Amino acid sequence: MDWGLIFRSTGQAAIGPDACYYALAAAGLNVHIGYTGLLNFGQAAFGAAGAYGLAVAVVTYGVSFWAALFIGLLVSIVLALVLGFPTLRLRTDYLAIVTLAAAEIIRLVVRSVRYTATLGGTDGLQAFGDAFFRLNPFDGGSYTPLEFRPDQVWLLVCAWPLVVVVLLVTFLLMRSPWGRVVKAIREDEDAVRSLGKNTYWYKMQSLMLGGVFGALAGIVFAMSKQSVNPDDYGTRFTFTAVAVMILGGTARVVGPVVGSVIFIGVLQFLDVFLRQAIDAGLIPGWVPIDVNKVAIIRLIFVGATLVLLMIYRPQGILGDRREVAIRDR
Amino acid sequence: MAAPAAAQTEDPGSTSTTVGAAPDPSAGAVRGRLLDLKETDASEDDVPVPGVRITVEDSDGQEAGTAETDSGGLFRIPLPGEGTYTAKLDEDSLPDGVSVADDEIEFTLGPGQSRTLLFALNAPNRRTEGKVDLFLQSLVDGTYFGLLLALASVGLSLIYGTTGLVNFAHGELVTMGAIFAFWFNQTLGWPLILSGVLAVLATGAVGWLLDAAFWGPLRRRGTGNTALMVISIGVALAVLNLYLYVFGGRTRPYADYRAQPAIDFGTVSLPPKRIIGALLCLFFLVAVATALQRTRTGKAMRAISDSRDLAASSGINVDRVIRFVWLFGAGLAALGGILFSLSQDVNFEQGSSMLLLLFAAITLGGLGAAYGALIGGFVIGLFVSVSAVWVPTELKNVGALVVLILVLLVRPQGILGARERIG
Repeated sequence: MDWGLIFRSTGQAAIGPDACYYALAAAGLNVHIGYTGLLNFGQAAFGAAGAYGLAVAVVTYGVSFWAALFIGLLVSIVLALVLGFPTLRLRTDYLAIVTLAAAEIIRLVVRSVRYTATLGGTDGLQAFGDAFFRLNPFDGGSYTPLEFRPDQVWLLVCAWPLVVVVLLVTFLLMRSPWGRVVKAIREDEDAVRSLGKNTYWYKMQSLMLGGVFGALAGIVFAMSKQSVNPDDYGTRFTFTAVAVMILGGTARVVGPVVGSVIFIGVLQFLDVFLRQAIDAGLIPGWVPIDVNKVAIIRLIFVGATLVLLMIYRPQGILGDRREVAIRDR
Repeated sequence: MAAPAAAQTEDPGSTSTTVGAAPDPSAGAVRGRLLDLKETDASEDDVPVPGVRITVEDSDGQEAGTAETDSGGLFRIPLPGEGTYTAKLDEDSLPDGVSVADDEIEFTLGPGQSRTLLFALNAPNRRTEGKVDLFLQSLVDGTYFGLLLALASVGLSLIYGTTGLVNFAHGELVTMGAIFAFWFNQTLGWPLILSGVLAVLATGAVGWLLDAAFWGPLRRRGTGNTALMVISIGVALAVLNLYLYVFGGRTRPYADYRAQPAIDFGTVSLPPKRIIGALLCLFFLVAVATALQRTRTGKAMRAISDSRDLAASSGINVDRVIRFVWLFGAGLAALGGILFSLSQDVNFEQGSSMLLLLFAAITLGGLGAAYGALIGGFVIGLFVSVSAVWVPTELKNVGALVVLILVLLVRPQGILGARERIG
């Protein structure tokens, strides 16, 4: 067992691109679920909107990278409008079903053969971030002790401040009058409506804001892989983000970052530890496990974490039980 | 859900390779695998075809690359860069008895992209009939699919109606039936009919246990509906991957009635197993409707769906009835899964990929309305199959999900739902 590798890899994941984009995705979900009480189970759709908005604009239509970034965000806003229009008048369980369905629609359309020429099909799209990586001031040499590659360091140096900005925006908005209305909608929508507020429009704004955060997550994800692939934006993306948000603490500004660093770190630790233990022959022979199944165990772990958190600690690490939106109304 | 490839980070050992595109950023490649698809639908019968020459020409007709498939039927042709290409398969190099439907494929390559090409070798039953015949056949296929969707969605709707739980793990009950049947049938070698009956009973028992040991206690300690929904998502994710762990990612058929010859009814052809399956569906659907209408427990289920408090105060033992709902709902879901696998074989994610169709079905029928699921399931199943006449097969589920969203827009309470349900 190479404990050095295990801890280095865990540390790499905990502050690396994965933790970064899951923090962004969870920050978006936090606006939706945590503050507004909108049960969005399709955050992957917003991630895909951002990532594909960027990649398609650059690769297929030859738009410049920087303009394409805004196109990605614009696509996610349009998506929020399209999704919100039929569902925001309805009860929250409808929103959950429709957002899940929308994410699946987008994934199926993007990976279909019919639109391969534009969207890249199952092969995805590559080489859209060159303009960004050309600006990379970091050159060779490993950045000890975590040994990130230079281009990863460059991405992280840009992406973590983005997370800080997102959290700052959340913090300022949620203590503004707008934030108070949104939180009041979570607590009792009828009461807010009877005070003369247009709750529908407030919910729509919240959906757009969290959607833009989700799109940023998708963009960081795409940049870290240097590739967009339809199956990256499946339910796994959404549910990992939901788990991250709940673990950190719903309706807590820094919850998504805390949840992401811990959860992605733990997932990576589990992953590398299991692989090492299998290689070292530490697992008794009667246990039906091999290296190829470690990725599956990760996902079982994500599911189990969701269940156990919701049962035993719905407020997560930082949350306040009184402010947990996920409850009956 | 997609197959869980490890999308997380790169190999932790390597530290020096750059992610910033391939060595030559404009170079791309095409690759693919030639498989003889044989007559059956089952994928493990496919045989790799080696030694076939494939040539790629660029838009000026100049040869850009060529390769022969290896012993695994694989080929990979590096290409100089972006552009429009035509891949040609040399038919003379195909072994005897193997034919190709279309020996030329045109494709475009972006900078640094790789493409996968598909040549359809000996593709089974390539339809050359007109739209009308195709429509009739898909009408028949859709009837079958609609009936089994109706069967599988009854439980989802009744569980929602009686407990308020939107159970995202219902698809896993569908898969459970199919996998149990596979296990009895293929591993233990019992006949499929016996295996099917046992699988339905076993899944029903699991449903009962789930309520007795998991959902029931959660309900009694006052966990909210939204929290229960998130829990059901976690359960779905964990169980789906548990299936993948135990059953594996391959699609596998039952031992019996595999390549049943279809009976020809003029323009439409059907294997007997589908006819019997459809009759079975019909029988159970009528039985469910009758049970809901006539039996004490069925009436109690509808009463609880209408108003839980009124039902409880009129002396109905709510917890006991809910347990029956789980028992029957899980059993019917399992039956749906087995009948689905009878024509499509067993796969670990068959239920989870059906889940959104089930939601579309019960939303269309009216969330929580007892008979809504029967109507909604049938309509959605029929719609999905028939739409495949005009829509590419890979996108046919998209149509159903769009219908789901349109229904919410126009009549959110569904066909049979009560107006105040949506509040």
